[in-house]
Amino acid sequence: MVADEQYIFKPETKRKLFILLGVGILLFVIGVFMAMNSGEHGSGGDHGSLEVSKSLVASIEAAEPTEEAGGHHGSPTWLKKIYTSLWHNNVFFTGLGLIGLFFVAIQYAAQAGWSAPIKRIPLAMGQWIPISGILMLVLWFVVKGDVFHWTHHDLYVAGGEDYDAILDKKSAYFFWLGEKGGFPTFYILRMVLFFGLWYWFFTQLKKKILAEDIEGGTGNWLSARKWSAIFLVFFGYSSSVAAWDWVMSIDPHWFSTMFGWYVFASWWVAGLATITWIVVSLKDAGYLKMVNSNHLHDLGKFMFAFSIFWTYIWFSQFMLIYYANIPEETVYFIERLKHAPYSWIFYLNLILNFVLPFLLLMTRDAKRQASMLKVVCPIIIVGHWFDFYNMVTPGVMQYNGDLGLLEIGLAFIFFAFFMFVTLSALSKVPLVAKNHPMMAESLNHHI
Amino acid sequence: MSSTSENYLVGIFDDEDILLHGVDGIRDKGVKIHEVYTPFPVHGLDEALGYKRSRLPIAAFLFGMTGTILALTMQIWMLGFDWPMIIGGKNFVSLPPFIPVTFELTVLLSALGMVATFFIVSDMKPYKTPRSYDIRSTDDKHVMAINLASNKLSKEDISRILKDNGASEVNEKNF
Repeated sequence: MVADEQYIFKPETKRKLFILLGVGILLFVIGVFMAMNSGEHGSGGDHGSLEVSKSLVASIEAAEPTEEAGGHHGSPTWLKKIYTSLWHNNVFFTGLGLIGLFFVAIQYAAQAGWSAPIKRIPLAMGQWIPISGILMLVLWFVVKGDVFHWTHHDLYVAGGEDYDAILDKKSAYFFWLGEKGGFPTFYILRMVLFFGLWYWFFTQLKKKILAEDIEGGTGNWLSARKWSAIFLVFFGYSSSVAAWDWVMSIDPHWFSTMFGWYVFASWWVAGLATITWIVVSLKDAGYLKMVNSNHLHDLGKFMFAFSIFWTYIWFSQFMLIYYANIPEETVYFIERLKHAPYSWIFYLNLILNFVLPFLLLMTRDAKRQASMLKVVCPIIIVGHWFDFYNMVTPGVMQYNGDLGLLEIGLAFIFFAFFMFVTLSALSKVPLVAKNHPMMAESLNHHI
Repeated sequence: MSSTSENYLVGIFDDEDILLHGVDGIRDKGVKIHEVYTPFPVHGLDEALGYKRSRLPIAAFLFGMTGTILALTMQIWMLGFDWPMIIGGKNFVSLPPFIPVTFELTVLLSALGMVATFFIVSDMKPYKTPRSYDIRSTDDKHVMAINLASNKLSKEDISRILKDNGASEVNEKNF
């Protein structure tokens, strides 16, 4: 009943991605040279924390030990910049891959029929998970000294000059099973466990889904639904803990109970925009013939709704901290509000991720037209890249952070690799799940 | 019957598939259908009848904007000018604490406004006796009303067209 379709990863597409990669590398190299030659101070920690302390007039004593001490370590600024940007990009693109798997799992667990023809795209995005996992682990050992303040041994020596009582109390969260300030066994175990299990769930789901193409019937669908439901339970916890581990622990004194949700919301809506963008582009290229404006409408509604969801989470986090006005908490937003480029990214973030998607996707027609989706998807993806920039960078770079060719170049490099992996994974499986039990329902989807 | 009365032909359909095809056939013959009443929602009937999309969302947007503006001006006036109070050491006029109230009033006005608009447009007002073309439309029959005054074809022609397109019976109804 459904025609076979096979995505062909054409040499022209590959060439475009290589050009993007080349441009990215070029920008990155120029950016590195510019950063090396700019006369910025070696490690700007002192400078930064001083200014923050000044702005926290209310309780300097209380705030002082909560600041990044700075000065006691550090690579040169340009190297720190590279580390920060690498970590930022890897966390962001990990999310896109993970959301691919999450989207597929949600569709199975909810027994959704409409998405049957497009599920191969998020599934292909999931192929990025193992790569980002290896990158994350390797990068962590490279960047830990600069990005993760809590890794420094001196902080946990009682009575020492750099002793930090607050981090000492939190140390079990990182160092459990090992010595304080040594190898963070618990932390690394979690990282390996999360990526390992995510990848394992991914392979399980993929196996069922591809077996269905050959065997037909409903057995594989039922089995995929079971694995999806189990994965979702695990994902609920692991995505939250991953957000604390990989993003929130960059500012180890600061905490927000909204943070797990916040990172998830940002990943999720960026992932939805990526899925939609690939679907619309494939449709433009003549693939996915059974996808019509009703399916696009659903994807558009997803992006619209979850842009608002992200804003809701953003505001819930911001407003409570703003109103309670506790120095340990407000320092996070003061860092981001008082200094460029964080300050303009702070507002740009809201415009790109809330105002524009909200207004552009509000009408029914906008959600149903590929031309509008092609405008909004990149806005959302770029917007959430900025969102993660502002989550990661200020905590590491203090007031030496900036957004230049280095950061943009790395984003291009990551994007090119991500798309290459996704599209080549997509080209290795049939584009249409012809034996999907809900394909008929999806073909008649009408809203 | 006075000359100002409205005369309708009422076609009764037993099945929604017959109704859907019937609507197409009847409209093809140039008959203007006043309205179709069904005991349950029939998918695709709106398109078959050629209805334009409702403009209710536009009304909702305008009511919502009214709520936003009302909430902001109210709070800025109250807390900024009429009776300034220091709350949590914040400025008198500070946006973040205003957002929840603004959100709530936006949602409230757009919801209430939408309901009111819907009632007015549908002519649903208190003490109005609703017209019933055939009481069985609340039970198991699909009822199609055709206003004779707005059709050029004769009563007999329309009656025949209805029967040809699957109506199980055709009645006359005057109001």
